[in-house]
Amino acid sequence: MSERHWVPVGYADDVPPREGRAVMVGDREIAVFNLGGGFLATDNRCPHKGGPLADGIIAGNTIVCPLHAWRIDLTKGSVDRPVARECVETFPVRVDNGVLWVGLPERLAAESVA
Amino acid sequence: MAGSPTRERLVLVGNGMAGMACLEHVLAYQPDLDITVFGDETYVNYNRVLLSSVLAGEKSADDIVLNSLDWYRARDIRLRLGTRVIDVDADAKTITAADGTTAPYDTLLIATGSSAWMPPIAGLDKDGVFVFRTLDDTRALVERAGPSTCAVVIGGGLLGLEAARGLQVHGSDVTVVHLVDTLMERQLDATGGGYLVRKMEALGIKVLLGRKTTAIVGGDTVEGVELAGDERIDATLVVVAAGIRPNVDLGRRAGLAVNRGIVVNDYMETSRPDVFAVGECVEHRGTCYGIVAPLFEQAKVLAATMTGHKGPTYTGTVPAATLKIMGVDVFSAGTWTDEDDVEPVRYEDPTLGVYKKIVVRDNKLAGLILVGDTSDSHRYVDWLRRGADVAPMRKHLLFPAPAADRGLEAAEMADSTVVCGCLGVTKGAIIQAVHERGVCTLSQLKETTRASTSCGSCTALCQDLLRAVVPDFEEEAKKVLCACVPFAEDALRDILRSQQLKSVQEVLDIYGNGLGCEVCKPALSYMLDMLWCGGHDEDRSARFINDRVHANIQNDGTFSVVPRMRGGVTTPAELRRIADVAEKYAVRMVKVTGSQRIDLLGVKKADLPRVWADLDMPSGQAYTKGVRMVKTCVGTDFCRFGTQDSTAAGIELERRLEQLFTPHKVKMAAVGCPRNCAEATVKDIGLIGVEGGWQVVVGGAAGKSVRKADLLTTVETTDAALEAAELFFQYYREHANYLERTYDFVERIGIEKIRKDTVYATDVVKRGLLDRLGKSKARARDPWLEGRAPRHRTQFIPLQPIDPDEVRA
Repeated sequence: MSERHWVPVGYADDVPPREGRAVMVGDREIAVFNLGGGFLATDNRCPHKGGPLADGIIAGNTIVCPLHAWRIDLTKGSVDRPVARECVETFPVRVDNGVLWVGLPERLAAESVA
Repeated sequence: MAGSPTRERLVLVGNGMAGMACLEHVLAYQPDLDITVFGDETYVNYNRVLLSSVLAGEKSADDIVLNSLDWYRARDIRLRLGTRVIDVDADAKTITAADGTTAPYDTLLIATGSSAWMPPIAGLDKDGVFVFRTLDDTRALVERAGPSTCAVVIGGGLLGLEAARGLQVHGSDVTVVHLVDTLMERQLDATGGGYLVRKMEALGIKVLLGRKTTAIVGGDTVEGVELAGDERIDATLVVVAAGIRPNVDLGRRAGLAVNRGIVVNDYMETSRPDVFAVGECVEHRGTCYGIVAPLFEQAKVLAATMTGHKGPTYTGTVPAATLKIMGVDVFSAGTWTDEDDVEPVRYEDPTLGVYKKIVVRDNKLAGLILVGDTSDSHRYVDWLRRGADVAPMRKHLLFPAPAADRGLEAAEMADSTVVCGCLGVTKGAIIQAVHERGVCTLSQLKETTRASTSCGSCTALCQDLLRAVVPDFEEEAKKVLCACVPFAEDALRDILRSQQLKSVQEVLDIYGNGLGCEVCKPALSYMLDMLWCGGHDEDRSARFINDRVHANIQNDGTFSVVPRMRGGVTTPAELRRIADVAEKYAVRMVKVTGSQRIDLLGVKKADLPRVWADLDMPSGQAYTKGVRMVKTCVGTDFCRFGTQDSTAAGIELERRLEQLFTPHKVKMAAVGCPRNCAEATVKDIGLIGVEGGWQVVVGGAAGKSVRKADLLTTVETTDAALEAAELFFQYYREHANYLERTYDFVERIGIEKIRKDTVYATDVVKRGLLDRLGKSKARARDPWLEGRAPRHRTQFIPLQPIDPDEVRA
């Protein structure tokens, strides 16, 4: 994967275990999830009808969209259910001194915190 | 005894499972006997195997009755209960009971069973020392056990562990003290015993192994138990479950040959031609059995022998035992010891807590141990019984071959194969029940053949057989909650209650896959809230978003806000505030709902707390599986047809039930006359005012389904109507499956049963329902108060990116 631009999106404490939270980075809404054992991030838009994934219920490594229960694999961004080819973009997350850093691709970062 | 002109006299001493099973077979051969049955206990014949379920509160005493009084009456059997037979004169052919009664017999059948063996320790006579053999023992234990009880069970065998678990279910603090180093050492090897210890400890039962109890100490009442090596445990209750002893005294008095038990041969004959014995009191080929399956086999053979149909023989039973503790699956059968000439095949998974050991000798199954997963036990039992050649199954010894053909296993069984070992029901008998009695569900099968009603280990096999045989087989509604927590919901409720589980994650960790999903998490959240009357550990991550932010998510990710407007009655001031809020927060639409309320649509999550504060009204909870509203008409206040004050009654009903969670949404209505303007007959609960009273109706619907509500009861006062509504409401909360609307619930349970369990129930039952409802209500809060005091800093707001320079510094 190419170079990432790391953005501090908030504090780890602000995402309770097994929940997600949305964050605006530039004009893009990212969902950050606390899986209990670690954090993952995706676009906060379900590939189905744009539902806010951060508001879903976490099931293992997947998130279930609150609108129509599509299930997205948070590690791969692929749709687990139903059978669908769409996917969401995923971003790596790093926790450093309690701060959550999300690694964005350059093109996004350019539009971001300025 | 066949062929006599006058009715022959049969006296049966022992009104337990073995004697009565034998008597049932005897009657099939010879219905014209003059029969007297003496029972030491004061109950009709019941299923002793299920006493642990009674102790654990899973079954009532009535549930385990095998032969009702009517059964005896219909067969003209003289039944003497609570009468111990103390002597036999085998030459005069009479018996004598403790109360002095004598009875002559032509044939005597001794089925006196066994008693608890009391080890030689001091203090057994103290108050608080119990055994666990009879229904009376069980009742005494239920009465004594409770959260303030410290119980010690002496003996870590089947019975001891089941007693321990039963006491713990009642809230007692329980320790099992076992003489040897392995729990259930007659059924398990050291490894299997180790797995079982971990499971018992996970349930919260302490296990002490290799400890000899030396004395029970205290004054008149038990205060503790002393163990060898100066160890002492405090105890207010002691159960002695150290083993059983055949009751052979009567056999001796009859002059029969007796070793450990009354000696019988393969025809089940004793040493005298007119005295017979069956069950736990007999010894056959050197073995005394303490489990139920052999007794039934003996009973069948003996019935033939004693009615002049001598021929069938009893050649012994491969011992098999199932531990009946919910969530702790243990099965053991045959000879599983590691000897030189056997091949042990093992599988262990410490994380899953599964241990399997299969012992093969000369390509035949000799015995096995299953801990943690006993779903396959019937397969092995069948191999054991048939002495099947396992060579072709070598690759699938530990796990069944992938099932391409689900009916194959059933098809491979002969009609004579016993499916239910406890009650001796064969495959043929099940097929017959399907063809001749129209059986097509498991519950009908249980009712007709009693298969799978004893230990329950053959339930899956019965189900497979029905699936294979019944022309239009449909699975019964008892499906599991989901793959994450594979239990039916009624079983789950029992588990959560008895295991005192308070959080969703705990349940998932112990009884599920540790992860959970969008199906089980909200369902478990509901169950815990209901069972503990709001005193559970609330975990918002297990709730749907609507219940995390107390608003209804819309298709664009915004939310809708519906304030509570009890009975659909509002005020100008409220309407003004609603109008102001709608403008201030640029609400996209203001809509009057079908529930006589006002919906503000298109509110951003972050605005919710301020919207609620500005509204200054409680949440209408239009977003949750809970109480929605009570729709009303204007009743006697304004309407010229009104017969009751439906507005006030509706507002009061809403006030009493609001803020409570339910399996699915609950919509109600109160109308002042049968014109039904607020549509009470299509609501989950409806109050219909009539001249001189109210009709209370339940289970109506006008949504995905349309259903006219059933009449629950007719009452004279508003108070009585409200109480009937409350009784039904709490009953629904406690018995419906999650996401089951009242209209499905009422159809599934049946309105007649619902009436019996609510409005016609005894005062104790009613008070129980109302008390639990009251407890939940006392803990319920307006969820919109969280707008002022969020549970978490980011409950309503998104994360705020941090200035990178600030954190790098």
